[in-house]
Amino acid sequence: MKVTVEEDKCCAAGTCVMIAPEVFDQREEDGIVILLEAAPSEDQHEAVRECVNVCPAGAIHVSEDA
Amino acid sequence: MTSAQSSVGENLTEIPDFPMAKSAGCPFDPAPGLYAQRQESPLTRVRLWDGSTPWLVTGYAEQRAALADPRVSADANRPGYPSTVPLPPGGAKRSFIGMDDPEHARLRRMVTAPFAVKRVEAMRPAVQKIVDDLIDDLLAGPTPVDLVEAFALPVPSLAISELLGVPYDDHEFFQENSKTIINRTSAPEQRQAANAALTEYLDDLVGEKLTTPGDDLLSGLVERIKAGELTRPEAARMGTLMLIAGHETTANMIALGTLALLEHPRQLAALRDTDDPKLVASAVEELLRYLNIVHNGRMRVALEDIEIGGRTIRAGEGLVMPNEIANRDPDAFPDPDQLDIRRDARRHMAFGFGVHQCLGQPLARMELQVVYSTLYRRIPTLKLAIEPDQVPFKYDGLVYGVYELPVTW
Repeated sequence: MKVTVEEDKCCAAGTCVMIAPEVFDQREEDGIVILLEAAPSEDQHEAVRECVNVCPAGAIHVSEDA
Repeated sequence: MTSAQSSVGENLTEIPDFPMAKSAGCPFDPAPGLYAQRQESPLTRVRLWDGSTPWLVTGYAEQRAALADPRVSADANRPGYPSTVPLPPGGAKRSFIGMDDPEHARLRRMVTAPFAVKRVEAMRPAVQKIVDDLIDDLLAGPTPVDLVEAFALPVPSLAISELLGVPYDDHEFFQENSKTIINRTSAPEQRQAANAALTEYLDDLVGEKLTTPGDDLLSGLVERIKAGELTRPEAARMGTLMLIAGHETTANMIALGTLALLEHPRQLAALRDTDDPKLVASAVEELLRYLNIVHNGRMRVALEDIEIGGRTIRAGEGLVMPNEIANRDPDAFPDPDQLDIRRDARRHMAFGFGVHQCLGQPLARMELQVVYSTLYRRIPTLKLAIEPDQVPFKYDGLVYGVYELPVTW
């Protein structure tokens, strides 16, 4: 799994950090997403997929075959 | 008949009025009329107070698609934007909640930092102390007591005051004006006066912080004013929005959530007896889904022709999206009308969806987690002091809840 984020789209709602704090964080100055782990371990995959689903801004993307 | 109405081929007389009344016997459920509309189609038409007939979107997938679409605008001053209340003369004074990107994102990002998940987590001990102290007072005081006045309102009011840098001593002033603003039956001039009073109050506070800044959100906005990135009226309007949104919403979740749990005693017992923070967090998400206290319906207007749920929304047509009915969509949540604190409800719509989704949601979640994991544990025999059918519900509010909740133990 390969994860990418679009900072421009991010609205800093924080749902990804709530669900997968090992994969996502927020910038100190404005809460915009920081990708901590672009290739998360398998035990994180389900949580990351949920992050994609709940992100209100559609700012998280995963490529499953990477 | 306008082209918009004839294009869906519906008889004018069949278009129901919005907002729709709840059924008195089912105070936790969306209005029966919303279920009926969804039964017909995830997109139908409703008639507003001004005679306009925007789309009503009742499906979960359809609401998400519309709210996430950049071709859909949140600007209340655009023609076609559906408004449940009359706009003041000269148009609505907008904060970023009523703007589109990129201006919306520019302003929103000025206030998101204090609501980041980790910043909010750092506030948890302080919120726990607020909750513990208020419960000490409850236990030392007489019963019955109104849980709204003595607990549900003070918890989020204290927390948001601290975060914004608003003196809590002024809480009667800002709570009263907030109530007027979110009451659907307030006359337009009443609402405008309350808005003006709160904005003037915030403007005064911004003025004070220009000379004596502190370590709070308003002082952060003052820095932006000094840097020329924000005007003082913009800062005052942003402060007003966050002060209202920061206490009325969570207060209603605390009181209405407590009532819902008292009516579901086995789930209340499970929540009271658990040491598992995951179950507490899960209960918070489920109560947010089930109660969805923001009841005015998210309003939008299409900027271009767009397709949603097999229907074409024409440019300039309005969209009314009551999130409470999306949260009861069986395609999204099995057995949606059952409260089940163990279900995974995290994809609920209680905070809205799209780039306008509630920026205070980490704070709301943390406050509710602290409250729900503390109140029933410390007062295990908590019960209603009146009959359930005597509870005064906020049927007339843009935010749903109870006006008072007399309890005893």
